[in-house]
Amino acid sequence: MTPTALNLTSAAVVGGLFTAGTYLLLQRSLMRILIGIVLLGHATNLLLLLVGGRSGRAPMVGTSAPEQMSNPLPQGMALTSIVITFALTTFLLALAYRSWTLLGDDEVRDDVEDARIVRLQRDLSAHRGTTTDPEQTDAEQTGTEQTDTEQDSAETDGSETAVGETDGAETDGAETDGARDEEEGQPTQAARRGAGPARGPDHPEGSTP
Amino acid sequence: MSILVVLPMIAPLLAAGVILVLRRHPRAQRLLALAVIGAMAADSAALVVLTDTGGPIAANLGGWPAPIGVTLVADRLSALLLLVSDVVTFAVFCYAVGQGATRDTSRGDNTIFTAVYLCLVAGVALAYLTADLFNLFVAFELMLVSSYVLITLGTTASRIRAGMTYVIVSLTSSLLFLTMIALVYAATGTVNLADLAREVGGLPDGLRAALGLLVLVVFGIKAAAVPLHFWLPDSYPTAPAPITAVLAALLTKVGVYALIRTHTLVFSHDGTWLLLLGVAVLTLLVGALGAIAQEDLNRMLSFLLVSHIGYMLFGLSLFTAIGLSGVILYMVHHILTQATLFLVGGLVAGYAGTSVPRRAGGLAAAAPVVAVLFAVPALSLAGVPPLSGFVAKLALLQAGSRAGGVAAYLAIAAMLAASLLTLYAMVRVWVFAFWRRPRPASPDPEPPGAAPANPATVRRPMIAATAGLVAAGVALTVFAGPLAGLTGRAAEDVLRPTVYQDVVLPAAGAGGGR
Repeated sequence: MTPTALNLTSAAVVGGLFTAGTYLLLQRSLMRILIGIVLLGHATNLLLLLVGGRSGRAPMVGTSAPEQMSNPLPQGMALTSIVITFALTTFLLALAYRSWTLLGDDEVRDDVEDARIVRLQRDLSAHRGTTTDPEQTDAEQTGTEQTDTEQDSAETDGSETAVGETDGAETDGAETDGARDEEEGQPTQAARRGAGPARGPDHPEGSTP
Repeated sequence: MSILVVLPMIAPLLAAGVILVLRRHPRAQRLLALAVIGAMAADSAALVVLTDTGGPIAANLGGWPAPIGVTLVADRLSALLLLVSDVVTFAVFCYAVGQGATRDTSRGDNTIFTAVYLCLVAGVALAYLTADLFNLFVAFELMLVSSYVLITLGTTASRIRAGMTYVIVSLTSSLLFLTMIALVYAATGTVNLADLAREVGGLPDGLRAALGLLVLVVFGIKAAAVPLHFWLPDSYPTAPAPITAVLAALLTKVGVYALIRTHTLVFSHDGTWLLLLGVAVLTLLVGALGAIAQEDLNRMLSFLLVSHIGYMLFGLSLFTAIGLSGVILYMVHHILTQATLFLVGGLVAGYAGTSVPRRAGGLAAAAPVVAVLFAVPALSLAGVPPLSGFVAKLALLQAGSRAGGVAAYLAIAAMLAASLLTLYAMVRVWVFAFWRRPRPASPDPEPPGAAPANPATVRRPMIAATAGLVAAGVALTVFAGPLAGLTGRAAEDVLRPTVYQDVVLPAAGAGGGR
């Protein structure tokens, strides 16, 4: 095979696509992630085409001499990968739409462990408050997180309250952080769960010990 | 003879198409799917015998000779793994039929589940058999796309959330895989694995190491090696038990298989590979520690799955015949045991109405059969003698001590620790769910997503399928001697790339032909 005639422009385009795609992939909104995946897919396909070497005539038998043809194998691979990326983009779009109908937004949800930590913090601030409100737990259990911490409180109660007393300042800090984030127009998950409409009435009780 | 190599890939795909046509005949669909998977198991058993006696078998699709056309190869390693995978998929499908997962929520799901399940089986078979890097990518996509559909089949909020993470992570790793293929092709001008093994020797060391690392990252994500494992415990447990079982048993193991194949054939190492050894130790410890922090049975099993990938990575990192033999033995054991445990998890959830062991209780009295079915694979996973987990772990420990060195002994310590933690996690489940007296029904409702969306009934086929897998696991112990002989021969094959090359690329260049 001839040495690859990789010119600087195409290399820069592939690099730029990879950069932009990776950046978008790290965002919270599913639409951005989707576009990031599309960009990454383009970058990969372009790279596959580039590694085929110099460009040439269409690789069809009998139309031109084999030396003048371009390499058909990477084109075949690029074609396969285009089909696969296209199908999966559509699938992801359908998932994002379903997520939007079910949850009302297209943000990536916290994973279970994160939700558990957030909830543990909120439970601690509830412990420090005067009342334990069953409504709050009900409202939370309709959420997406699957935790069972409150069930085990019989065993871990002691340590939890101990942590609660020492960590109280931090928990309050997290709440104000959440509020600040909301003012900036980019509510975090914690803030939305903390101050969302689902448990709006509970919120004052929870936050004022 | 080469038709035997092609059949495990073609048959399920054709059957999936037929099943879509048979929309209105669920019974015929199920029978067809069972017949196809059963035939695949018989076929791969024949392949195991043939490859063990007569060496690897190749089939050139379309009659094109190897570096140009697509080649399928069955050697001892791939035939053995194919056999175990087919046994597991057969049992899991029986379980799914018994559970009624094939008619989960609405009309039409039946057809989709069966057809997609067969596509998954075809993808797994193709991944084991292919001798071509790009075809391996296609096999992974076939497998992953099927798993996306299976995981998000019932579109509840928690499954969408889990499916989202899973799809995005897998898609990213697939794109990295493609990038890796493009770079490998740019460097060597071929994607045929046997051809690559020749070409890659001429590359500069730095480039070779970089490509090897990229391969490690790509398959590390698929196999859930530790810095890249985070998606697994988050996505698998939300699906119903049979789906989780088949994904957990097969998908990560196919990743490990791809690592073994590429790293012995193309990017082989001399002596112990310290980086992979470190990854293995991390995987062992992080997975096991994560497991004991979990309350939900399925999440705990998912973390244990991550942890036990570490055993396989450890054996691979040694790059000795005895180490690889241990890895193959461990894969065979783990595919069976992990699938069984997830199925038992489904049974426990069916009897207790919850998959959180703390909330269950008294199952040893209420369902003694399930207790036995849980105890055997659980002890086997923890490596209690004389079960198959003990045999596999012993092989790996021997390989480690044979290799020697501080790093290997540290890894051995980590393996023992992970084994103990596994035992602890299993005993905890046993004590809470089986031994303790049943709890009065708790007033507060189940947190959503904690239990898979099982109907609370356990039907006889489900227990029969699980019992079949448990029996297969016990059979591994009984026939450990011949099996270890087979895996030893498979490992020697794998470490001598010329065996593979001679079959894929015959010197005459005539090709095997069909």
